[in-house]
Amino acid sequence: MTHYRNAQGPYFGEFGGRFVPESLIAALDQLDTEWEAAKKDPAFVEELDDLLRNYAGRPSLLTEAPRFSQYAGGAKIYLKREDLNHTGSHKINNVLGQALLTKRLGKTRIIAETGAGQHGVAAATAAAMFGLDCTIYMGAVDIERQALNVARMRLLGAEVVSVASGSRTLKDAINEAFRDWVANVVETNYIFGTAAGPHPFPGMVRDLQKVIGEESRAQILEQTGKLPDAVVACVGGGSNAIGMFEAFLDDESVALYGVEAYGEGLQTDRHAATMNRGRTGVLHGAKTKLLQDADGQTIESHSISAGLDYSGVGPAHSWLQSIGRVEYRGATDADTMTAMRLLSQSEGIIPAIESAHALAGAIDLGRELGPDATIIVSLSGRGDKDMETAMNYFKLGDASRVVGGEL
Amino acid sequence: MTNAASQVETTLDRIKGERRGALIGYLPVGFPDLDTSVEAAITMARNGVDIIEFGVPYSDPVMDGPVIQAACQQALSAGFHVDQIFEAIRRVRAEVDVPVLVMGYYNLILQHGVEQFAADLAAAGGAGAITPDLIPDEAGEWIAAAEKHNLDRVFLAAPTSSDERLKAIIESSRGFVYTVSTMGVTGARRDLDRAARVLADRLHDLGCEHACVGIGISTGEQVGAVLDYAEGAIVGSALVRALAEGGLESLAETTRSLAEGTRN
Repeated sequence: MTHYRNAQGPYFGEFGGRFVPESLIAALDQLDTEWEAAKKDPAFVEELDDLLRNYAGRPSLLTEAPRFSQYAGGAKIYLKREDLNHTGSHKINNVLGQALLTKRLGKTRIIAETGAGQHGVAAATAAAMFGLDCTIYMGAVDIERQALNVARMRLLGAEVVSVASGSRTLKDAINEAFRDWVANVVETNYIFGTAAGPHPFPGMVRDLQKVIGEESRAQILEQTGKLPDAVVACVGGGSNAIGMFEAFLDDESVALYGVEAYGEGLQTDRHAATMNRGRTGVLHGAKTKLLQDADGQTIESHSISAGLDYSGVGPAHSWLQSIGRVEYRGATDADTMTAMRLLSQSEGIIPAIESAHALAGAIDLGRELGPDATIIVSLSGRGDKDMETAMNYFKLGDASRVVGGEL
Repeated sequence: MTNAASQVETTLDRIKGERRGALIGYLPVGFPDLDTSVEAAITMARNGVDIIEFGVPYSDPVMDGPVIQAACQQALSAGFHVDQIFEAIRRVRAEVDVPVLVMGYYNLILQHGVEQFAADLAAAGGAGAITPDLIPDEAGEWIAAAEKHNLDRVFLAAPTSSDERLKAIIESSRGFVYTVSTMGVTGARRDLDRAARVLADRLHDLGCEHACVGIGISTGEQVGAVLDYAEGAIVGSALVRALAEGGLESLAETTRSLAEGTRN
C-alpha cells in the first residue's frame, strides 16, 4: 500500500521548493514554524474548528444529483457543497486558518491576491472579522470581469489594488502581492489563496482544505456504504482539488481526476492547460508545471473562468500527475458553460464557472464509467459572481431567447 | 575545471587598492532595443561604472520595482530573447574591459539548461550571474555549473537573514554578496535604510570580503555614503530612468554623477 497522504514539502517529488528572494525567507520560515506549531496546538485547532462550524457553516453537505446524473451516463453523481460555505466557496476554509495564524504571529495586516475574487472576498471577510487591515491585489482584467466581488471586498473594508502589469490577471496579482510582502513583511502576513507558491504554502493550504475530502469521504460512506469510484475537482492553482483529493490519496480503488480549463481548446493558444500543455519550470516560488515559452517566459493563460485563468499550478498536483495518482483532464469554455446550465436546470444549483469545469469533467467520466459508478464532484463555489458572464454567454437578458429549452 | 580568479573579485580588490569603492550599474538587455542596450552598457563603463550588471528581462520579476519592470516589459514586447544576453555581453566586452554580471531570474536559466547557460555565459566573456530568486538552498545545480565554468555566483543577503543563513550565503557566493539595503523591491529611495550598514557589518564580521549594497541608491551622495561601509554600491532604477527619459547622453551624465560618490 502506497502512502501519499500528508506530504509536507518543501518538495513533492521533484516539485515545490522555495524560489524566492532572500528577503522573504525569514517570513516563510516563521510561517512554517508557526504553522507546524499551530496545527499541533489543541487551542488553535479548537478555535479554527469552531470558526469553521459556527462562522463558515461546516460541514458542508454532500448532495446527490440524480437529475444531473442522467447527463453523465446515469452514473451516481454526488456534489460536495462548498458553494454553501459563508462567502460562497471553499476559499473560506483556507482563509480562516491563515487569518488565525496571522493573529498568532502578532501581525496586524493581511494581503492577498485574487483572480475571480472568491479568495479576495474570503480574505476581506476574515480581515473584517479579526480586525486586520487588508489589501487585495487583483489584475485589472479580473477587476473588470468580477465587478461584483470587487464591490463586496470594498464593502467589507478591504483596499482593492488594480494590477496593470503583465497580463493583468491572477499571475500578475501574485507578483504584486509578493512585492508588497517583501516591503512590509514585519507587520504583514500574505494569505496565499491556492496550493501553489513557495514552501510552506502548498502544504499549509492543503492542510486547511483537506477538510473538503475528509468530510466527503465520511459522508459518502454514510450515504452509500462504500467509497466512490471517482472523485473530480477543477484545477487552477488547485486548492479545492488538493483538499478534495487528500483524503482519498491512499484509497487505491478511488480514481482521482483534476479538470483544468481548456478555454477555447487545446488546439488554440487560448487555454489554461498547465498540466497538459505546460512543462516543468519555476513560477511564483515553486518548481512546478507551467505554461511557458522556449525561453521560460510565462505564457498568459485564458479561461472564461477568472479563477482558473492561471499559468501555474500547485506543485503537489505536478507530483501527483508525475506518479500517475491523479489524472488531469480538461473542459473547454463551451463544455463548461453547458455543464453550468445543465446543473442549474436539473438540480436548481447554479455553480461557479470554476466548478462547472469539474461538472463537465464528471459528465464525460460518468459516460465512460457507466451507471454503476459513484462519482463525487467538488462544487467549489456558487455562481452568483459569474452571473454577468452567464448573462452574456446565454443572452439571458434577451427576451426573445429561451435558454435551456432543449433540456 | 579552472581555478582562475574571479573577474569581479579582482576588480573589487584593485579598486580597494585605489582607496575607493566600486560603482555597479544595472541595465536590462534589450531596452529599449538590443543595440541601444549594448551602447548603454558601454556608455556606463566609459563614465565610471566599474562592474556592469545586465538584467535579463523576465515576465514575472518579483524583485523588480516599477521602473525596471516597465523597461523589462518593453524589452519583452520588442521581442527580447534570452540568447541575446550572450550576444550583448560579447559586444560589450569587445569594447570595454569591465566585468559583466547578468541578473537573471532562475526559470530563464533553468529553461536554457543550467549547464548550458553557464557555458554560454562563460563563452561570451560574462563574469557570472546574480540570481534574485535563487537562494543557496536551491542552487546546487547552478553552483556546480558556475564552478565548472569559473563563473561568479552572487546571492542576496537580506536584513532579515539569520546569521546561519548569512554564513551559507557567504560560503555559496563568489564575486560579492548582494547586500539588500532595505526590505523592498528595487527603486530609488530618498533615505537609505540604516539596515544596510548593519547588514554589511554583519556580513563582514562573518567573513565576507566583498559586500555590495543594492536597492534604493540613486545619487552620488548615497553611493558615497554606502561606500563608507561596503565594497560596492549597486544602482539600477536611476540609470534605467536616465536612459529611458534622456537617452545615452543623460545616462552618461547620471553615471558620472553617481561615480563621483566613489571618490569621496
